[in-house]
Amino acid sequence: MSAQAAEHAVHDPNLGITGLDHRKMGMWAFLGSECMFFGSLIGTYMSYKGKSLTGPTPHEIFNIPLTSVSAFVLLMSSVWMVLALNYLRLNNMRWAKFWILMTALFGAWFVGNQVYEFAEFVHEGLTLQTSLFGSTFFVLTGFHGAHVTGGVIWLLSLWALALMGKLGPEDYLKVEIAGLYWHFVDIVWIAIFTLVYLIP
Amino acid sequence: MSTARPSALAARTATLVLAVAILAAGCGWSGWDRPMTTVLPKSDFGHRINDLFLLISWWTLGIFIAVEAVLLYACWRFRERPGAATPKQVHGHTALEISWTVAFAVVLLIIGIPTIRIIFKTQEAPAATALRVDVAGRQWWWEFKYPELNITTANEVHIPAGQTVAFHLNAPDVIHSFWIPQLGGKRDVIPGRVNRIILTPDTPGEYPGQCAEYCGMSHANMRFRAIVHTKEDFEKWVAAQQAPPAEPAGELAQKGKELFAQSACVGCHTIRGVSGGVLGPDLTHFGSRKTFAAGTHRVTPENLVKWIENPDHMKPGVLMPNLGMKGEQSRALAAYLLSLK
Amino acid sequence: MATHAAFMPGAVTEKQSVLVSWLTTVDHKRIGILYGTSAFTFFLIGGIEALIMRLQLAVPDNTVVSAQLFNELFTMHGTTMVFLAIMPMSAAFFNYMIPLMIGARDVAFPRLNALSYWIFLAGGLLLHASFVFGSVPDGGWFGYANLTTKQFSPGHSIDFWILGLQILGISSMLAGFNFIVTIINMRAPGMTLMRMPLFIWMSFVVQFLVVLAFPAITVGLILLMFDRFFGTLFYAPAAGGDPLLWQHLFWIFGHPEVYILILPAMGIVSEVLPTFARKPLFGAPVVIYSGIMIGFFGFGVWSHHMFSVGMGPVADSAFSIATMLIAVPTGVKILNWIATLWGGSIRFTSALYFALGFIAMFTMGGLSGVMHASPPVDLQQTDTYFVVAHFHYVLFGGSIFGLAAGAYYWWPKITGRVLDERLGKLHFWLMLIGFNVTFFPQHYLGLIGMPRRIYTYAPDLGWNFWNLVSSIGAFTIALSFLVFIVNVVKTMRAGAPAGPDPWDGRTLEWSIPSPPPVYNFAVVPAVQDRDDFWLQKYGDEHGGKPRKAPAPRPEDIAAIHMPPPSYWPILLAGGLLFMLAGALVSIYQVILGGLLTLFCMYRFALEYHRPRAGGGHHG
Repeated sequence: MSAQAAEHAVHDPNLGITGLDHRKMGMWAFLGSECMFFGSLIGTYMSYKGKSLTGPTPHEIFNIPLTSVSAFVLLMSSVWMVLALNYLRLNNMRWAKFWILMTALFGAWFVGNQVYEFAEFVHEGLTLQTSLFGSTFFVLTGFHGAHVTGGVIWLLSLWALALMGKLGPEDYLKVEIAGLYWHFVDIVWIAIFTLVYLIP
Repeated sequence: MSTARPSALAARTATLVLAVAILAAGCGWSGWDRPMTTVLPKSDFGHRINDLFLLISWWTLGIFIAVEAVLLYACWRFRERPGAATPKQVHGHTALEISWTVAFAVVLLIIGIPTIRIIFKTQEAPAATALRVDVAGRQWWWEFKYPELNITTANEVHIPAGQTVAFHLNAPDVIHSFWIPQLGGKRDVIPGRVNRIILTPDTPGEYPGQCAEYCGMSHANMRFRAIVHTKEDFEKWVAAQQAPPAEPAGELAQKGKELFAQSACVGCHTIRGVSGGVLGPDLTHFGSRKTFAAGTHRVTPENLVKWIENPDHMKPGVLMPNLGMKGEQSRALAAYLLSLK
Repeated sequence: MATHAAFMPGAVTEKQSVLVSWLTTVDHKRIGILYGTSAFTFFLIGGIEALIMRLQLAVPDNTVVSAQLFNELFTMHGTTMVFLAIMPMSAAFFNYMIPLMIGARDVAFPRLNALSYWIFLAGGLLLHASFVFGSVPDGGWFGYANLTTKQFSPGHSIDFWILGLQILGISSMLAGFNFIVTIINMRAPGMTLMRMPLFIWMSFVVQFLVVLAFPAITVGLILLMFDRFFGTLFYAPAAGGDPLLWQHLFWIFGHPEVYILILPAMGIVSEVLPTFARKPLFGAPVVIYSGIMIGFFGFGVWSHHMFSVGMGPVADSAFSIATMLIAVPTGVKILNWIATLWGGSIRFTSALYFALGFIAMFTMGGLSGVMHASPPVDLQQTDTYFVVAHFHYVLFGGSIFGLAAGAYYWWPKITGRVLDERLGKLHFWLMLIGFNVTFFPQHYLGLIGMPRRIYTYAPDLGWNFWNLVSSIGAFTIALSFLVFIVNVVKTMRAGAPAGPDPWDGRTLEWSIPSPPPVYNFAVVPAVQDRDDFWLQKYGDEHGGKPRKAPAPRPEDIAAIHMPPPSYWPILLAGGLLFMLAGALVSIYQVILGGLLTLFCMYRFALEYHRPRAGGGHHG
């Protein structure tokens, strides 16, 4: 490390007295609030479960095999994220870039599946306005999908920066934070998939 | 500053003493005797609540006086004196902390245990002999149905003293709250569910009530009256309500009936034998009521005419449309309504 | 006089105009001043709304305002006072004082801090734009469904309310993340958690409440917005929807919210009392743990706002017990404050008067709260003027008195001048008397049956006289704030200059000049105890000697890098406002605003990515 970089590391304005970077701690605080956000949406879904007066029921309309593939895709994307970070730390930018892109693509695949699923449901007579099930299902899974989409955009931005040579091992923390967000979004999906799709 | 302080403290002490005197005198004071008072209850439900309220009040009053007195005393006793040394830097006292924590917890037990008891007592299911009254809160009036007696009326609910009444509360539109302060606490009226108030009034009289959950433009005008009768008087009222409406006496009232039957009035109002609308109050025995427009105006010919000619002026936002009645038309309708005893 | 020791190339330079310097500031002290002046302005607006209401209610069957206007007034008064006055006034103190009291030079994310302010201002402006468009929210400050659905509230009033609150929620949450990281990660060496000043502790608890409670109302508002804009059925009884869903979501937010409103004032009082009694806060650890418990258990009592909805005796009992439990740590704090005064040597400054007023008034509000904790009793009191009295005693008698204490206490540090003491005491007495004349009779009015949120009342119910008295009190409160404004103007023109430590204080902010230099501390202090500055001055009673902090050397100051100003916070806030306001206008505005926002987010995020020279920067 150069003298300047060494001095900079000592005076790193983002490093806190706990040894944790401010930005990582900030992401954890944000994820705490997201727990409450999704908790409220899931709570709303659960409190209205079985109370719809009309329209297709979950049992009638869900395509569990397709959604299971989707869930698996999202889970795998979290694995790719771990790989991406690993290669970044090893300063292997070629593979780091590859796995960041794969994470984003798998995330996009998940969202694509979801868009297809939503279109099918609408076609089969379930919309936002059909019933309590329609309202709660689309809002809960839609907001989750929007979070995944935001993550995909974030990851693609990181990938683009890397392509431009503007992302390297020194940016490990920034990619790690994106990873934290990504894993969280995945965990929320596990909860939604279980409570909404799997449990009758 | 040193001259201002003692007088400032004296002023605050005087304020405290005055407050205490007022509160203490509050018990025997006739200022509680008001039409919508909550502290001179006239039903079992009201008494149970009030007894609990008095228990809590005495304790909170005591704590209030003690805390404020200690605060004021400390301000006076430990005011800075010229040349005083830095006071001892006391950091705390564990035994004191434990003591006052336990003391608070004990007071709360004293308040909490009767509270739980009364919660359950006042929400018990009513006896089978209870009189059932179905209450519908609508923007901005009250409908009362007596399903066992086949009576539908509005804005005045009549009940007998000494008998348990079970009010079943429902709202077809937004959330309201049903409250007759002298007869007890309130209960919200919520679309999609049926809430209940069970009470046994003990004293005949007229008790004003009011909606107590903001429900839109004329929330302030969504009032009603509860009239508690002796048993005999209640039976008379029931009989009068169950009877068909009186034939209109006099030409004006007769004209009014014809006009009513031909006008849009029939789309919203029921007068037994004449019309069957259910969007507005049942008017079959309108003339027997003392107030109308949800308890906001006395039933007089002048008020009725004003109402018919421009309901929105008397009750902002009212859902009853202005049907353009004027002059003789409105007077005729008023006379007809008054005749419906 | 600010010196920026190192600037990023391409950033805004010294040749800024005064206006631009304020619009692009990332200095927590300036942001605090921005919050404070905005909050006070909104407080005056909310106060005028109150005065108009009290004029209308001064006599029965009054016609000063129409029913519709009155309903708008109480809605905006509540919304403004909670979200645009008390919360941002607390934020003003968080911003200014937190870094100073923990020995830091700024917050963890200075640009995010500025962003929080501009987003707050955007929310306040959007809410008040409703006046310009004649679509003022009129659903009450807690906007109960299903009155607020499209069917019963057509038009845009409720939409303004929803969008305004969502924007304000974003602002508060961003600030919450910022202060959590700041307090955990930026304390001076030696300042363990238990050595933090009480104001920091209470603020710390508040930030957790903010980040965990706001999501519930965010969701509640999203569901209402979807019902209104997209025809979903969340609050539609006809489709099986339950209006109570709104109440649960709102109060799961709303109850922690009231602790968000009171804890900062409690923190301020916990600083003011020891300073002017010249002894430490009695039982400081107990007060800290009480604050934590209040915050934690505050999430478990929300349905005490719903005792009249018919939840059933089991739920009623559970929430009643939980609510009574919270009264214990609250009461304990009050006794600890009094014990702080006990045995002290009390100097009666204006700041102290307001702190004493807080204790006296909050005690009353807390006790009426204990009454409400009993559901049967609450069935008579809820939705009446009794509860209006209760919450004004805790929010005005509590929060406002506490914030006023903070203003008088920290004014010298912020401005370098001391507010006039005589005018300060006049303000106090007028406010105390006016406040009690306004709100004490409202307990009585509630007990004799006066419901809340009514624009008028009948003359034969016995409510006339005390309503008139209450209205006179309201104008007395207004007068007291005129006195405060006169004091502020007088002081800014020709007030007595304050040194660094006008009150002989106990905490770190008093160890630096008034107002502080842009970098706060020339040398980051090393802390050995709570009230470390006091101990530096006087030593302790266990043989610890006074310490003198080392004098700063020029090379210390030259080595300090402060974050430079930035345009992106205000621009990003503008984009966000444009996008969300577009919901009231057209989908194209939403899309365009979304793109603008995204663009600003990228520029914000990448502003210090790959800096060209001289050290990476700042959040």
